[in-house]
Amino acid sequence: MLIIKNLHAEVEEKQILKGINLTVNAGEVHAIMGPNGSGKSSLASVLAGKENYHVTEGEVLFQGKDLLEMKPEDRAREGVFLAFQYPIEIPGVSNINFLKTALSEIRNYKNLPPLDAKEFLRLSREKQKLVEFDAQLVNRSLNEGFSGGEKKRNEIFQLAMLEPALSILDETDSGLDIDALRIVSKGVNKLRSSNNAFIIITHYQRLLEYIVPDFVHVLYNGRIVRSGTKELALELEEKGYDWLKEEAREKEETTI
Amino acid sequence: MSMIQGPAIPLYEEVVNGFNKLSADAPGRESSDLRRVRQSAFDKFKQLGFPTIKNEDWKYTNLTRFLKDEYTLGAGTPVAPDPALVAAAAIGSLDCYQVVLVNGSWNGDIKGGALPKGVQLLTVAAARQDPALSGYFERADWNNHHFATLNTALFTDGLFIRVDAGAASDKPLHIVHIYTADNNILVQPRHVWVINRNAELSVIETVVSGKGSGKVWVNSLSEIIVHTDARLDHTVIQSAGSGVRLIQHTTVHQKKQSLYNNYTFTLPGADLVRNDLQARLEEDHTETHLYGLYLAAGQQLIDNHTLVDHQKPSCFSNELYKGVLLEQSTGVFNGKVYVHKDAQKTNAFQQNNNLVISKKATIDSKPELEIFADDVKCSHGSTVGQFSEDALFYLRARGIGEETAKALLINAFAFDVTEKIKLPAVETYINELISHHIPVMHG
Repeated sequence: MLIIKNLHAEVEEKQILKGINLTVNAGEVHAIMGPNGSGKSSLASVLAGKENYHVTEGEVLFQGKDLLEMKPEDRAREGVFLAFQYPIEIPGVSNINFLKTALSEIRNYKNLPPLDAKEFLRLSREKQKLVEFDAQLVNRSLNEGFSGGEKKRNEIFQLAMLEPALSILDETDSGLDIDALRIVSKGVNKLRSSNNAFIIITHYQRLLEYIVPDFVHVLYNGRIVRSGTKELALELEEKGYDWLKEEAREKEETTI
Repeated sequence: MSMIQGPAIPLYEEVVNGFNKLSADAPGRESSDLRRVRQSAFDKFKQLGFPTIKNEDWKYTNLTRFLKDEYTLGAGTPVAPDPALVAAAAIGSLDCYQVVLVNGSWNGDIKGGALPKGVQLLTVAAARQDPALSGYFERADWNNHHFATLNTALFTDGLFIRVDAGAASDKPLHIVHIYTADNNILVQPRHVWVINRNAELSVIETVVSGKGSGKVWVNSLSEIIVHTDARLDHTVIQSAGSGVRLIQHTTVHQKKQSLYNNYTFTLPGADLVRNDLQARLEEDHTETHLYGLYLAAGQQLIDNHTLVDHQKPSCFSNELYKGVLLEQSTGVFNGKVYVHKDAQKTNAFQQNNNLVISKKATIDSKPELEIFADDVKCSHGSTVGQFSEDALFYLRARGIGEETAKALLINAFAFDVTEKIKLPAVETYINELISHHIPVMHG
């Protein structure tokens, strides 16, 4: 589904991704962990098409298509979804109107007719229930005055509505209490299928107790320095990141 | 002064000739008081001439390019309204009384049934013949308002509204102003509305233009009196097309404990729109809300000058104007709040926010507070900004195309003003107008 090859990117002329290689297949859940500033969120931003990130080398294929060539909206229409670490508040745009617009633009891109009001309402109710999203929030202005947890749950609600092939969750667990974490994870687990894939970016192992990954990768200094299965996350929880940083530094020195 | 700028402006000669003609015809047709007022106003106008950018109030609004054209004084003869235009100006499902004025004249038709008891509409031509009403047209204290003096000297017609004490209309009144001409004309409507003690009215004015190929310079003056305990909701939708140069002077006199709400929406189209909206709070405990939204495009120039004149104690005023500037448009906002020495316990708030979409658009925003009382609460703020890149990216990351995302953000920006409209049908209509104008505009 997603093939990242030797991806280099910079932001404000600072090299931030230094050769990422990653393959994600349908039905898989990949966790990307790493210390602060290792490039985790930058990777998410580059995949979603944020404009101040410049790819300097490498390629990204999404379902066989060159993802980096596409505008952000086309990436979303092709099936890439980024759950934001800090969802934006947009007063004056109602949550439901926003979703209706997004869904109809995505369907239009796929040459599907727009959902009629009744179908949309039915879908919206079904997904609200699925991810336990408060019906009252649906009619409010987009994220305006939402608590941290409500914003993250709104991201998962949007994810449920838009049914992307690839979802990238950027530190969705940050700022969540245990209850919110459980609800968010439950939502994600219900949405997992053999047709879609998830990349879960997190600093802590905690989220991975609820959403169990097939693969765990550790990002450090713009590179994936280690990949493994869910046991790797436990090892990191126990030992921290320092031993990996040390190892990465040694490796770098020997290659020089 | 007139000697310097007069001869260079063809319209100047036209109004001088027009005034001479009117003065010759007037005896017997107009009261001597009105004739005296007209003469003194015209003398004042000759002294002032047309404003230039050297006048502080016109510093950012250069009329030169509009004054190059020749205009003739428009005839006040009523013309049948174009049904297609009237239909287009209708506000969705709004249940209302509707009257249509063509170039400032009303033919007497009212749609929506007979007006309720206590609500009276007259043409100004008729009202000023009535000795009981003629006094309303004899006001002469226009100070340095170039266009108000010109209007006073030469107005012929307009709409007179009176709501009797204690009366209220069961439905809003929708006034459609159509401006249209085959040759360039200057029309100068004069409107007087009197909302008597404890009366209530909601008026929506829509300004549109017809298919005529001539340019229409509208110099409109409205004088509104809201008496003790009375209330007027006043919505103005300026959606005339190109070729229209609109100067709208509105003075509102508020008496004790009266409430006046103004909502002014100016949309792309007209070459020039200059609004002078003045709320004169002449007695205590009044409440005033001024909401404005301007959406400028093309080469358009939209200028809103407002004045809230706190003359007496314990009055409350709140003003929120928002502007969206596209293409090569120019916006001007000048909000003056004047708190007299006597006006203790004044609450006066003002806010102006602008979204400048295009690099070629400009906005001049100038709040002016002059406070001579010491026990007051006043605030003002002015901002000029661009689209939030983060908000735009968030919307695009959900599959919403850039143009649609921008339209959503413009609507959201306007929302603070549109949500204040109390009539849902009008709010929906305004939102549709905004959306209608956005897709065709690009930065």
